[in-house]
Amino acid sequence: MASKLTVNGKAVSVDVPDDTPLLWAIRDELDMKGTKFGCGIGMCGACTVHVNGQAQRSCITPISAVKGKDITTIEGLGGEHPLQKAWIAAQTPQCGYCQSGQIMQAASLLATNAAPSDSEIEAAMNGNLCRCMAYTRIKKAIKLAVDATGGTQNA
Amino acid sequence: MLKSQEHNQDASTDGQVSAGQVTRRGFMIGATTAGFTLAFVPTALLSTAPAQALADGKFEPTLWYNIDDQGIVTVHVTKAEMGQHVGTALARIVAEELEANWEDVRIDHVDTHPKFGLFVTGGSWSVWQNFDLLSRAGAAGRMSLIQEGAKLMGVTASDCRAENSSVICSKGSLSYAEIVQRGDITRAFTDEQLAKMPIKPAQDRRLIGSETVAMDIPDKTRGAAVYGIDATYPGMVYAKPILPPTRYGSKVESVDDTAAKKVAGYQQTVVLEDPSNTVPGWALVIADSYHAALRASLAVKVTWQAGPTATISEADLIARGKELLDSDAGSLVVNDEHVDHVYMAADSVLEGEYTTSTALHFQLEPVNAIGVEKDGMWELHTGNQWQSLILPTLAQAMGVGEDKIVMRTHTLGGGFGRRLNGDYGVPAMLAAKALGKPVKVVFSREDDSRFDSPRSASVQRVSMAFDEKKETMAMQHAATAGWPTAAMAPFFLAPGTNGENFDPFSINGADHWYDFGPHKVRAVMNDLANETFRPGWLRSVAPGWIHWAAESFIDEAANYAGKDPVAFRLQHLTAAGKNAGAAPNSVGGAKRLANVLKRVAAKSGWGNKMPKDTGMGVAVTFGQERNMPTWTACVAQVKVDRNSGQVKLEKLTLVLDAGTIVHPDGALAQTEGAALWGASLALHEGTEFANGEVKDVNLNSYTPLRMADVPDLDIEFVASAEQAVGLGEPATTVVGPAIGNAIFNAVGARVRHLPITADAVKKAMA
Repeated sequence: MASKLTVNGKAVSVDVPDDTPLLWAIRDELDMKGTKFGCGIGMCGACTVHVNGQAQRSCITPISAVKGKDITTIEGLGGEHPLQKAWIAAQTPQCGYCQSGQIMQAASLLATNAAPSDSEIEAAMNGNLCRCMAYTRIKKAIKLAVDATGGTQNA
Repeated sequence: MLKSQEHNQDASTDGQVSAGQVTRRGFMIGATTAGFTLAFVPTALLSTAPAQALADGKFEPTLWYNIDDQGIVTVHVTKAEMGQHVGTALARIVAEELEANWEDVRIDHVDTHPKFGLFVTGGSWSVWQNFDLLSRAGAAGRMSLIQEGAKLMGVTASDCRAENSSVICSKGSLSYAEIVQRGDITRAFTDEQLAKMPIKPAQDRRLIGSETVAMDIPDKTRGAAVYGIDATYPGMVYAKPILPPTRYGSKVESVDDTAAKKVAGYQQTVVLEDPSNTVPGWALVIADSYHAALRASLAVKVTWQAGPTATISEADLIARGKELLDSDAGSLVVNDEHVDHVYMAADSVLEGEYTTSTALHFQLEPVNAIGVEKDGMWELHTGNQWQSLILPTLAQAMGVGEDKIVMRTHTLGGGFGRRLNGDYGVPAMLAAKALGKPVKVVFSREDDSRFDSPRSASVQRVSMAFDEKKETMAMQHAATAGWPTAAMAPFFLAPGTNGENFDPFSINGADHWYDFGPHKVRAVMNDLANETFRPGWLRSVAPGWIHWAAESFIDEAANYAGKDPVAFRLQHLTAAGKNAGAAPNSVGGAKRLANVLKRVAAKSGWGNKMPKDTGMGVAVTFGQERNMPTWTACVAQVKVDRNSGQVKLEKLTLVLDAGTIVHPDGALAQTEGAALWGASLALHEGTEFANGEVKDVNLNSYTPLRMADVPDLDIEFVASAEQAVGLGEPATTVVGPAIGNAIFNAVGARVRHLPITADAVKKAMA
């Protein structure tokens, strides 16, 4: 039942039933707690990680679906990612529980669209619930990161 | 030991006059192993040697701090960190008067211990309660360090001042670190001395009122903050609750786990025996991992004898509320003379009935806790807002004294009042005892919603008596809902003028600052609600729904009197008599409410011509409590689609006067979030009871506001050096009625129920 995958650049093997959500493998088998459990049905976004570079909800992704794939979690962003710096500059987090997922979702957005417009940001981020409702600062931080990386926001 | 009654006294003293804390306590400074410890102590200890008293841990503070031999100042925080950056705000108050380098300041969110006094985080009280206390504590530290520094340098203290964690005298300077290394301070300050402690005038402040990075933020951008759900304990097993069909009175009849035994990692299902009766009829599925527990829980069949409320619906709750308002049940909270006579003599009476649906906290981190026994002590690892409330219950559940229980503190993935109710700690402790090993209980999202302490559905009736010129003569307001305080903290109930108790947290806001003539306010507990579920304190508590009625009705009254809603309010915010305000908390009284109202009207362009089907609505509130007013005004701008009734919230303009602002960006963040909470509760979220349970248990049908729904926000704080009050909730209280009033001004539809649905708007247009 062991599944081999790459997490934050490291080859790992997790021995859990095939239908175990990636979320629980990351949190409880690999002991990386930055990825959060919120709703369990893929509708809050707190569990967002990258699977081969794309944002995905790890709470509804069975481990069997990511065998051999590259997973990046919040810990894998390294702490100095432009989004993480922007998140501090904009003083974005309140309780912070959703922010790993918000940042991973935003990182996936910027990877494919270096300078999203406001409505593109809203479209990409609308599936990520922030219960503290720090939305204006999430948006602000994404724009700060775009500025910091030399982008010009789409109209 | 901590007792509920003592909590009551502490809390109500804290809750009324912050300076009152200082007069009950002395302050001590002494060398301990950690450097210098600075702490409040009971007055009786002032005659003992500070070093000894402090080494013995005989503090009676809510907060204290120490300075180590490297000059690091650690402020001990009993308040829960749940997004409000409270530790940063409190530490800045200490550092301001201590003249400490901000870079040398740390915060420590402490575990429960009797020496720390009351543990409660709520009511938007934290800064308000502690501002004066911590300012004086910081000043006492500064004075002592100056004296000691002067002694070490052989000069007089009057020759020295403190700055940047150093004592600077004419002959040279010494850092706080050096003074700690070389000095030997033992000082005790009496309450009189503390009261006279020189506190900086507002214009000399360098930290309070200036910006900083909140200390908790960097970790939250790296996935490094440790929430309760992230805690682990060696040897722990995981548990998922199986919840009974009713909150109260269910009994487990049978458990069949045959199918679960095939699930890898499943261990057993435990039916909890609970002497505290907090979790009647609950079972826990125990497994090697949380996911195994989740899977196994689907295969365990439990049957119950359900409690008596298994068929209760939202309609039943509302119907019971109306029945109670029809009767003369309840407590008279405000009972001015002659209201009934004035009503009889009135030319006309306007009346409105307002209702709200059940609403969930839906804090994003589902409640969870680890229970473990260690060295004869029971530990509960969890995030919680009111440890002092649940400790006696935990003690009862476990059959031990409270001194045998410690709650280990973690960051909260959202509080919003959910974690004022610590019921989720009980199953973890009971299971740890039953199994003889550490148990981590994690609620699924659905469990969390089902047994949330939701904001109760409510019914309110507001009326006003008018003379023949349509001038106001008197006002009445009656409100009923499930009462959280009756369910969980009955010592906080307050007596009404008719001898009946009321829940202040289910009526605050009705005791408003307008002069409309004699006023009567009646609060009634919806007994059926309290029997069916455990009503909760939800962010902004009573003012979050009381003002929905009060401020919607005042707009209706303005309309009835043929007056502009802003002008009508200003006419009645005269600050006369009981509305003149009083030091320290409400200096200026209703004048300050009038001021934020005028300012928000000017800022928002009130009175400008609006595009078609677009309107502005106004509302004002005074935040959470009449004796801690945060003067709050809002103009909402909405556009209504006449075909569908759909409301688009375009803009919220808010002006708040919260007195002194300690951490301006933190204050703004709290206000942004609180305002959007108000918008979410008005337009996006709500549920209902069906068959004794809430119907919407996850995001597929419970739909809080998302990024695309966010309106333009324009928020301003009035510059003020008055008493710092609260900001965690006030903006929530004002948005709902402002939106309702804006809908009326846009399309003439008066809505009287929260949440506002497109259907309701459409119906009201017809």
